[in-house]
Amino acid sequence: MLDVIIIGAGVSGCACARELARRKASILVLEKEEDVCCGTSKANSAIVHAGYDAPHGSLMARLNVQGSRMMPALAKELDFAYRRCGSLVVCLDEADRPALQALYQNGVANGVEGLRIVERAELQAMEPNVADEAVAALWAPTGAIVCPFGLTFALAENAAANGVRFQFDTAVTGVAAIDGGWRVQTAAGAYEARCVVNAAGVYADTVHNWVRGDDPLTIVPRRGEYFLLDHAAGDHVRHTVFQLPGRLGKGVLVTPTVHGNLLVGPTAQDIGGKDDTATTAAGLDELRAKAGLAVKDIPLRQTITSFAGLRAHEPRHEFFIGEIAPGFVDCAAIESPGLSSAPAIGVMVADIVARSLALPENPAFTPTRKGILDPKTLPPAERAALIRQNPAYGQIVCRCESVTEGEIVDAIRRTPGARSLDGVKRRTRAGMGRCQAGFCSPRVMEILARELGVPLAAVTKAGGDSHIITGVNKDVY
Amino acid sequence: MDQPQLVIIGGGPAGLAAAIAAREAGVQDLLVLERDAELGGILNQCIHNGFGLHTFQQELTGPEYAARFIDRAKALGIPYKLNTMVLDLAADKTVTAMNRTDGLFQLHPQAVVLAMGCRERPRGALNIPGTRPAGIFTAGTAQRLVNIEGYLPGRRVVILGSGDIGLIMARRMTLEGAKVLCVAELMPYSGGLKRNIVQCLDDFGIPLKLSHTVVDIQGTRRVEGVTIARVEDGRPVPGSEEHYACDTLLLSCGLLPENELSRAAGVALGPVTGGPLVNESLETSLPGVFAAGNVLHVHDLVDYVSEEAAAAGAHAAAYLRTGAQDAPALPVRAENGVRYTVPAAVRPACAGDAVTLRFRVGGVYRNKTVAVYAGDACLVRRKRPVLAPGEMETLRLPGEKLRAAARAGAADITVTLEEG
Amino acid sequence: METRELTCIGCPMGCALTVTLDGGAVTAVAGNTCPRGDAYARKEVTHPTRIVTTTVRVRGGTLAAAPCKTRSDVPKGKIFDVVRALKAVEADAPVALGQVLLADAAGTGVDVIATKAVGKAGKN
Repeated sequence: MLDVIIIGAGVSGCACARELARRKASILVLEKEEDVCCGTSKANSAIVHAGYDAPHGSLMARLNVQGSRMMPALAKELDFAYRRCGSLVVCLDEADRPALQALYQNGVANGVEGLRIVERAELQAMEPNVADEAVAALWAPTGAIVCPFGLTFALAENAAANGVRFQFDTAVTGVAAIDGGWRVQTAAGAYEARCVVNAAGVYADTVHNWVRGDDPLTIVPRRGEYFLLDHAAGDHVRHTVFQLPGRLGKGVLVTPTVHGNLLVGPTAQDIGGKDDTATTAAGLDELRAKAGLAVKDIPLRQTITSFAGLRAHEPRHEFFIGEIAPGFVDCAAIESPGLSSAPAIGVMVADIVARSLALPENPAFTPTRKGILDPKTLPPAERAALIRQNPAYGQIVCRCESVTEGEIVDAIRRTPGARSLDGVKRRTRAGMGRCQAGFCSPRVMEILARELGVPLAAVTKAGGDSHIITGVNKDVY
Repeated sequence: MDQPQLVIIGGGPAGLAAAIAAREAGVQDLLVLERDAELGGILNQCIHNGFGLHTFQQELTGPEYAARFIDRAKALGIPYKLNTMVLDLAADKTVTAMNRTDGLFQLHPQAVVLAMGCRERPRGALNIPGTRPAGIFTAGTAQRLVNIEGYLPGRRVVILGSGDIGLIMARRMTLEGAKVLCVAELMPYSGGLKRNIVQCLDDFGIPLKLSHTVVDIQGTRRVEGVTIARVEDGRPVPGSEEHYACDTLLLSCGLLPENELSRAAGVALGPVTGGPLVNESLETSLPGVFAAGNVLHVHDLVDYVSEEAAAAGAHAAAYLRTGAQDAPALPVRAENGVRYTVPAAVRPACAGDAVTLRFRVGGVYRNKTVAVYAGDACLVRRKRPVLAPGEMETLRLPGEKLRAAARAGAADITVTLEEG
Repeated sequence: METRELTCIGCPMGCALTVTLDGGAVTAVAGNTCPRGDAYARKEVTHPTRIVTTTVRVRGGTLAAAPCKTRSDVPKGKIFDVVRALKAVEADAPVALGQVLLADAAGTGVDVIATKAVGKAGKN
């Protein structure tokens, strides 16, 4: 019997896994998709909220502020892209000032550092493209941007390096209490553990209700659609710019990303399907209409892709973290600010599990991890030396993002490593650029086939049946 | 590493023609940098015929057309580097490039020819709603898989966009065993050549649905279907939706000149073409930096790419001989249905015998006259029974008339469409 | 008497041609604005032909497939026969430009030739 099974390899599951690896325990993460970071964690606003938004006194507020404080040190320790660019909540109407003031007060009560209301003149100097209607804004210097893939891969790799096992393509179909723990049923057989962590994202209600149908959770997937703009538009704003909900309705955020793009979104639509991440004509129209409310002249012509993600919304709008049955720990309803809170969520869940199982410390735990080496960050002489040592770093595969074969091979050889085009893309940015993989996908497919030792036809976009190739020329004749 | 006088960025049809012309004009120290594993660029995957009618009076396939230029370049001993990516072009013409064997290196040429070609407009830029499964390809990506790797990227195919690559791929996929259900085109006319509509669609009974677009994509792992709707005034018409069960969507929705290097160097780009603004010598706003082929503006025939690039190579050679020419330039204005012109400015003193002017129109026009004026003086008038956005137009402006108009005080050149 | 509608491919005008046939012989061409349209229409309704371009597999080459074409036009009705006949063809590298890959493809009397040289794998 294992000590811990974690259901779900999103950012919450991976944060729990990494924190639990600080204890002596056998830990298995079960993930229904082919990789980590395949659900809510992969499609969101990529920001670290400062923590002024969540209602004071809530668990959400506490974990958000704590997560936001942990993030800078964690980014150094685990080597992922994070930048404290600060955030602005822009008030567009004098009539909405009380709401701005209330937000400020809530933030102060939550313990958010450095909050200040900035008036129009200062706001405009800080953010030249702010809307002409803007009258003031709440300035949060601890607001930040992060690569959500980078954070999740970093947590997963560090967990794996400290002994956590990951099993992909393994959907959990049921959970049953057994003597001294739980039996977790999957299509690939049953696993037993003394403790189970439910970090199943939009499916966390299903898992919860297997165990506590008497006190059910209901997760309503809330779809958010986004536009991602090319690097050419990346400096259109300097900070994460929100619009204060008010007379003009609820807006969308406009933010730079850590990789120099501009991100606009999300919409918010409660939907029925738990994997319905399709974008819609209505959603994209709404984005176009709302994008310009708080920030003017957004060059939407520079859009390189649109996408949608699901937030695991629970009608009570609170995180549900706790031991719901002996040895069964919920980490559920982790909607926004879930990404921001992830480091703190990991600590909280790990503490609950460690207490429940009386796990000792793991003296061998290594807290650091090196990310995939990006040769662009090296001084020319070091970069040249790297290419001499490993010529694959001299071969550009993705032209748009200047990603080399060396980086792609590194991404595939890691644990857990990339096994699909999307896995490579999220780890290295190959295919993430303005041509959206038009040029590089055949090359990345070749590298994947070679490194994984599979035929080219077996390479997928995102695991499962998402094959790129359906046959060979003339095979029907 | 040897420091060449002239660096040509790109070893496709434009780069090869520019290099050959420069060498033939006497440039000894030149170097072609090609990012792919072989010379020839996109021609290597354009295995259909129809190339070279103007240049060789013969119908060649893409690889055959490329081979003529590659053979010539090799016969002339033109040096080139393959698998070499140019990472940066600086305003002082410093070229930073990289490959496996030379590592990271810098060149400091006196002249540069930009010949990087173009890329396809991806799905994201089109904002097609729906899911994001496997099975959505730009036509060019599918072309590479089918024609170079020999793999079929789909069995039941819908194609959005009737540009030439889309039409060509409709035939290629059909011949290799796929079923192409239809080609949808947003505009009320096709952007492709007539012969491609006849020989790639009509020959195989593939319907071309004008004024239609894809309004939804279904399928989680792999495309399972797309929804197509009729378009009026740029909006899908409710109730006109048709569903196609398919596993593949090919996109042939326009090509974009690839000018990230040019932009980084500070080369001024045109808003319509997305390519550098050049003068009659195909010289950009940076003296000594020339541009030709699809990086300058998207062509429909490779013959014209070769011709334009040869001119750029010759002008680069002249620049290396004589240095920058300081002469007054007349801006070229595109009016009344003319969308853009290349060049965007002409220095009459540098116009030589004649200047080749290329342009496109913004819609389908019948029975018009194309007229070019310098100030009040008419330089050229040409009757055109039909003009279409998919067909590039070419005119020759006589150098003598240009210079006479300039002496008479002309301040600009206007290209316009007139009745009759 | 029978009529056939065609689109002329001679130039961007794309004239809508109407060809009148009597017992397989063309009696009239209408809709064309130039002699090229007339000539195209007559050929297209009596014996339409096409160049076929496709690929054949290559064994041991730097590329997995070599592009190829029929050396000259084949009857339009034979296009798929030519492609089918090429399914079984696998060329050994090196392949030379112009090399015959399949002689007399599908009984057309026309050879299929390589349109690109493909080197042996592992050599430059």
